Amino acid sequence: MAKVTIDGIEVDVAEGTTILDAASSAGVHIPTLCFLKDVQAIGACRICLVEIEGARDLAASCVMPVSDGMKVRTNTPRVREARKTVVELLLSEHDGDCTTCNRNEDCELQAVAHEIGVTENRYEGAKSKRTLDASTPALRRNTAKCILCRRCVTICSEVQGVTALFPQYRGFKTVVGPAFNKDLDTVACVQCGQCGAVCPVGAIIENDQIEEVWAALGNPNKHVVVQTAPAIRAALGECFGYPPGTRVKGQMVSALRRIGFQGVFDTNFTADLTIMEEGTELLLRLKKALVDKQEAHLPMFTSCSPGWIRFAEYFYPDMLPNLSTCKSPQQMMGAVVKSHYAKKVGKKPEDIFMVSIMPCTAKKAEAKRAEMNANGVADVDVVLTTRELGRMITQAGIDFRSLPDGTMDTPLGESTGAADIFANTGGVMEAALRTAYEIVTGQPFPFENLHVKPIEGLAGVKEASIPIKDTVPEWAFLRGATLNVAVAHGLGNARKVIERIKKGEAHYHFIEIMTCPGGCIGGGGQPRMTGNDTRKARIAAIYAEDEHRDLRKSHENPAVQKLYAEFLGHPLGHKSHELLHTTYTARAKIKAN
Amino acid sequence: MLTDKPAGDCHCTEPASPEELRRRLDEIITEYKDKPGGLIPVLQIAQGLYGYLPDEVVRRISLGLDKPYSEVAGVITFYSFFSTRPRGEHMVRVCLGTACYVRGGKQVLDAFKKELGIDVGETTADRKYTLEVARCFGACGLAPAITIDDVVHQRVKPTKIREILAKHMQAAAVAKGA
Ligand code: SF4
Ligand code: SF4
Ligand code: SF4
Ligand code: FES
Ligand code: FES
Repeated sequence: MAKVTIDGIEVDVAEGTTILDAASSAGVHIPTLCFLKDVQAIGACRICLVEIEGARDLAASCVMPVSDGMKVRTNTPRVREARKTVVELLLSEHDGDCTTCNRNEDCELQAVAHEIGVTENRYEGAKSKRTLDASTPALRRNTAKCILCRRCVTICSEVQGVTALFPQYRGFKTVVGPAFNKDLDTVACVQCGQCGAVCPVGAIIENDQIEEVWAALGNPNKHVVVQTAPAIRAALGECFGYPPGTRVKGQMVSALRRIGFQGVFDTNFTADLTIMEEGTELLLRLKKALVDKQEAHLPMFTSCSPGWIRFAEYFYPDMLPNLSTCKSPQQMMGAVVKSHYAKKVGKKPEDIFMVSIMPCTAKKAEAKRAEMNANGVADVDVVLTTRELGRMITQAGIDFRSLPDGTMDTPLGESTGAADIFANTGGVMEAALRTAYEIVTGQPFPFENLHVKPIEGLAGVKEASIPIKDTVPEWAFLRGATLNVAVAHGLGNARKVIERIKKGEAHYHFIEIMTCPGGCIGGGGQPRMTGNDTRKARIAAIYAEDEHRDLRKSHENPAVQKLYAEFLGHPLGHKSHELLHTTYTARAKIKAN
Repeated sequence: MLTDKPAGDCHCTEPASPEELRRRLDEIITEYKDKPGGLIPVLQIAQGLYGYLPDEVVRRISLGLDKPYSEVAGVITFYSFFSTRPRGEHMVRVCLGTACYVRGGKQVLDAFKKELGIDVGETTADRKYTLEVARCFGACGLAPAITIDDVVHQRVKPTKIREILAKHMQAAAVAKGA
C-alpha cells in the first residue's frame, strides 16, 4: 500500500496505482483525453498533468504511478496554465465548427475545454489537413477534427484485431487513418464502428442517415415501418439522461409512433425466428456429421453479427462454410415484412420503407449487401444507430422522459425472453440452447432460471458443455452426447478461438461470435462512452427484460409458430431458404487499385 | 567467394527482370515471415531491390508477412528513408537547415527546381535525378550546402548548379567505368 496526498486529501492505494486513479478515489477529478479506461493509457495528450511535490516537471497522471508519501496537487496555477496550453494548441489545429458537428454537446474536447475554462485561444496555427472519407456505408471520417489520441488505433488493433487504422506520416503531417491516409474502404475494415465509439471528438462518426428517414416519412407513397434491435431498449435512455441500464422499451415504442412510423415491429420477433432456423441448422449439421458421416462443416458459427461476417470474409475465408447461413434478425425482418406483411396490408414490396434501429454501424453496411434483397428490393432501406434515433426524437420535439409506455404491433412485435438476450454476449447461444435442448430431449431446459452461467458475463472467451442424456426418437443419435459450445465477443477474441480450433487445440460444435465487446449492448452505434461499468449495467437490464417475460424460449413464440403455419412451412424449408438464408464471399484484404 | 569466371562476364549492372525481382522479394518475405521485427528489414531490402517501394510491392509485403496494410504504410510513411515514389539514379539534397537557409539555401533549391524541372520529392522523367531537401549536413561553416549522392558541395551558388551537376556526372561515369 502507498499513502498519497492529493490536494491535501490523504488516501491509501495499492502500489502501482496511477495518480489518476488515486485522485479519483480521493474524489478529485482530473480531465483526460487520450486515456481510455481498461483500454489505453499512453500519456500522449498531456491534458491530465499534475504537480508532484519535489519533482521539477509536471507529470501525466494517467500513466504516472504513485509512490508512498507522494504529495500531488492537481489545481495549481502552473497546472491550470499547462492544461490550458494543451487544449489551446489542440484547438489551434482543430476544425472546430461545433454548431454543425455531429459531436456537439457529446464531445470530450468541448467538455474538457469548458471544464478547464478555456475562453480564448492565444495560438494561431495551421489547421490539420482535412481528408473527408465517405467511402463506407457505416462511417464518416474527418481528419481535421482528429486530436491524434490513438484510441481508435488501439481499439481497432488490440481489441478487434483488425488494424484498419494506424498513424500515418510523422510530425505535423501525422494523420490517423487507413494506409497512406486513403479511404477506409481500401483496407480490411469490418465497419464495427468501435473506433467511432471511442473517438473523443467528431473525427470518426456514424454515417448519419436521419434525413433519409424524414424524407421517407414525408413521402405519401411510402409505407414506413420500423424495427428495433434487442439492445436499444437498454441504452436509448442514456440519450435522455437516464443512467446506463434503464429499461425504456415502452417509451421507445411511444416515441417511434409519435415520429410517425406506420408499423412498429420488434427485431426480437425475428430473433426468435433465427433460433428456429439456426437451431434446426445446427441439429441437421450434427446429423449429417454423426449419422451420414459426411462433411458438415462443424463447428458452426452464429451469423447475426455483420462485423463478424466481414471479419471472416477478410481473414478466414476458409471458415465461411462453417458460418450459419441464417441472415441476421434485422435482415429476416425486412424479408418477412416485404413479403408476408406486404401482402397482408396490400402493398408492393417497393412501396414499403423498412427502417431499422440498431446498436451497430456494421448493420448499415449489412443492409447494403447485394444478397440482401429477398423480394427484389433491399430487405432493409435505412439503418439508424441508437444515437441517431436519440437525435431524431430530439429533432421531433418529443419529451422522451414524459412519454407513456407503448406496445409493439402484433404479430411482428411479439417475442420471447430468448430474443431479448440476443443483445448480450452469450445470449444467442443461451437462446439457441434453450430451444435446441428441448427439441432434442423433449425435457425442460435444466438450467436454473434458464441461464447458462458459464457463458454469461464479460470474460473474452467462454465455454460450456451440455450433456444430453435422453432424447426423443427423432434425435436418438444424440443420446449420450455432449454438446460443446464457445462464446467470444470482440473480434480479437474471435481470432483466438479460431486459431485454437485451427491448431486442433479446441473442439466445439457451436460457437457464438459477437463483434463488439459485451455484445450488441456495447455496439459501435450505442450512446457514448461505453466502458465496462456501462456494459454491465446494460447486460443486467437485458437479463431483467428476459426474466420479466411469461415466454422465454423462442419455440414458444406463438406468432413465430403462426408464421410457419401460415407462410413459411417449416424451418429450413423452401420459403425459409428463399427469404431467411444467405451466402458469403471471400474479400480481398487490400482493395485493388 | 572466388570464381573462375572471367571478370568480363559479370552482368551485375544489368537490370533484373520483373519476374526475377518478384522471386527475390518472395524469398525475403518467406525468410522474415513470423520473425518479430521483420517488417523493417523486408522493406529495406525491397527498396534496395526496386529502388523504391512501389504500391504492388507494399501490398505483396503486407499480405506475405500477414501484417495489416495500414500498419505497413504507417511504418513506411514514418521513416524518411523509405520512398513510395521512384527515385532517380542520383539524389540531390538541398540543405534548408538554419545556417544554409539564411545564406541562400532557398535560392539554391529554386535553382535546382528550375534546372531539373521538378518539385521537391519528385524525380525527373528520365529517372536521372530526385530532388529532396534536408536539414543540416554539419557543413554549416561553408553554407549553403548540398549533397549529390553522398558527395557534399559547399558554398553553392545558384548560378553554378549546372556546372556542379555536370562535374558530378562525369565523376560518376568515371567511377562506373573503372
Ligand atoms: S469535435 Fe468537438 S470541439 Fe470539434 S467541432 Fe466537433 S463538437 Fe466542436
Ligand atoms: S469500424 Fe471497426 S474495423 Fe473499421 S476501422 Fe473502426 S474499429 Fe477498425
Ligand atoms: S480519430 Fe478520434 S480516436 Fe482516432 S486518433 Fe483521432 S481523435 Fe483519437
Ligand atoms: S489523458 Fe493522460 S496524457 Fe492523455
Ligand atoms: S544548416 Fe546546412 S549544413 Fe548545417
